[in-house]
Amino acid sequence: MANYFPILILGLLAAALPLATIFLARAIQTRRPNPAKLEPYESGIAATTFAFDTRFSVRYFLIAVLFVVFDVETIFLFPWAVLFHRLGLFGLIEMVIFLVILVVGYFYVWKRQALDWA
Amino acid sequence: MKILTPTFLTYVKVLLIVAVVPAIVGFVIVLAERRIMGFMQVRLGPNRVGPKGTLQGLADLLKLVTKEDVTPARAEKFVHFLAPVLAVIPALTALAVIPMGPSIRLARHVSTPLWVADINIGLLFLLAITSIGVYGIILGGWASNNKYSMLGGLRSAAQLVSYEVPMGLSLVAVLLMTRSLSLVEIVMRQDRMQLWFVFPGLLSFFLYFVSGVAETNRNPFDLPEAESELVSGFNTEYSGVKFAFFFLGEYAAMIIISCVAVTVFFGGWLPPFGHVKALSFLHIVPPFLWFLAKVGFFIFCYIWFRSTFPRYRFDQLMALGWKWMIPLSLVNIVIVALAILWTPGRTDGLVRLGWLFGALFLLMFFLAKLRQALARRDRLASEPAGTRQSALKA
Repeated sequence: MANYFPILILGLLAAALPLATIFLARAIQTRRPNPAKLEPYESGIAATTFAFDTRFSVRYFLIAVLFVVFDVETIFLFPWAVLFHRLGLFGLIEMVIFLVILVVGYFYVWKRQALDWA
Repeated sequence: MKILTPTFLTYVKVLLIVAVVPAIVGFVIVLAERRIMGFMQVRLGPNRVGPKGTLQGLADLLKLVTKEDVTPARAEKFVHFLAPVLAVIPALTALAVIPMGPSIRLARHVSTPLWVADINIGLLFLLAITSIGVYGIILGGWASNNKYSMLGGLRSAAQLVSYEVPMGLSLVAVLLMTRSLSLVEIVMRQDRMQLWFVFPGLLSFFLYFVSGVAETNRNPFDLPEAESELVSGFNTEYSGVKFAFFFLGEYAAMIIISCVAVTVFFGGWLPPFGHVKALSFLHIVPPFLWFLAKVGFFIFCYIWFRSTFPRYRFDQLMALGWKWMIPLSLVNIVIVALAILWTPGRTDGLVRLGWLFGALFLLMFFLAKLRQALARRDRLASEPAGTRQSALKA
């Protein structure tokens, strides 16, 4: 675990850098807020509705769900790939069976047009 | 020299990363990008501040720090503040595991390797930590309470998760050859095998780098920002230092994608064909400089892409990721696995696969050129004689 400690320190420093700079910049910059400046940008027209109230396409959600399936699969492949030279042909056949099951699902998703964006 | 203990030196390297990488981004990469793009577009680019514009970074820094940092009244203020910080943290932290060179001697009996940590799950750690970068972008886009930003953030999330899959799968094919997730071990193995993994992994490399460009939201996949349709997308409502840190996050992510491409596919700090006797003079150049030169080349490719390719449409982007790159990377895994089984216990199969990929690549290149030439001839033939000039231009 000793190897990971410097990484943690690096992460903390990487967080400290933007935080420190943002607060430092606050001390030296001029702040002249006015109502127009604080409006959301809508190409110069006053906004009547706001982003928090509007709905968005459900396809984004679908993509996120599909991603979970495929990413879990990738994680399964990682240890298999590292040990493949010991598993040999047996390991390949086993993994191809696993992939075929997944590809069946993939084609089902494709045929149901979950991958189309229109 | 008691003070130069390995632990102390590790923290010096940590500090160097945090201090030097933002400086390199601001002073070198941004300037290089603007100058190179300027020349590619037949204009000069910034050349006023300092000799040949070299101090442009300083001027930008002063402007960005002193500029008013506006938080929109209806924004989710805390998240709006947090997002740029979240964009920077993973991008800088990931650099900890990149091996930039073998040990260098600092003094008598004191030497230190040019990486912060060599962990045995290096590549997995990199994939994990770089995918956290999406939080900064999507939270920034959402917290702004601006429709453009919201769309930018959503697009970005969809794009990043879509290209995460082919990126992971293309690296799986390389892991079959490396047998280890440690990045140092990956470079060492390329040295021992006397083979850069780009040759047997040519397809992997293309899949990796294209996904890498998409992961960093760069052209031609820069839909989350898309100046012409989303007025800069997720960062529309950001100004001053916060905007600068989104920028830093994006460029640091570019550096990481390039570093991983160099380490995994192009032999890290190794000189090209270092085992060939006739090329042994290449060992004179310090390994760290080889690493820097290779990373610099990929950063240049990023800039080159930006001034070459027009932006994708969102449905094309999704179709490319899900319908082409994912099936292709699955096929690639099986191909590489078969090449390893070809000659069990030895690496000849991989070398042969490298030759095969090279031949295929050349064949495709010439076919593409031939097709281009034929299309040009047809176009010229179909035009009436008087309008030939316009056809030549097109």
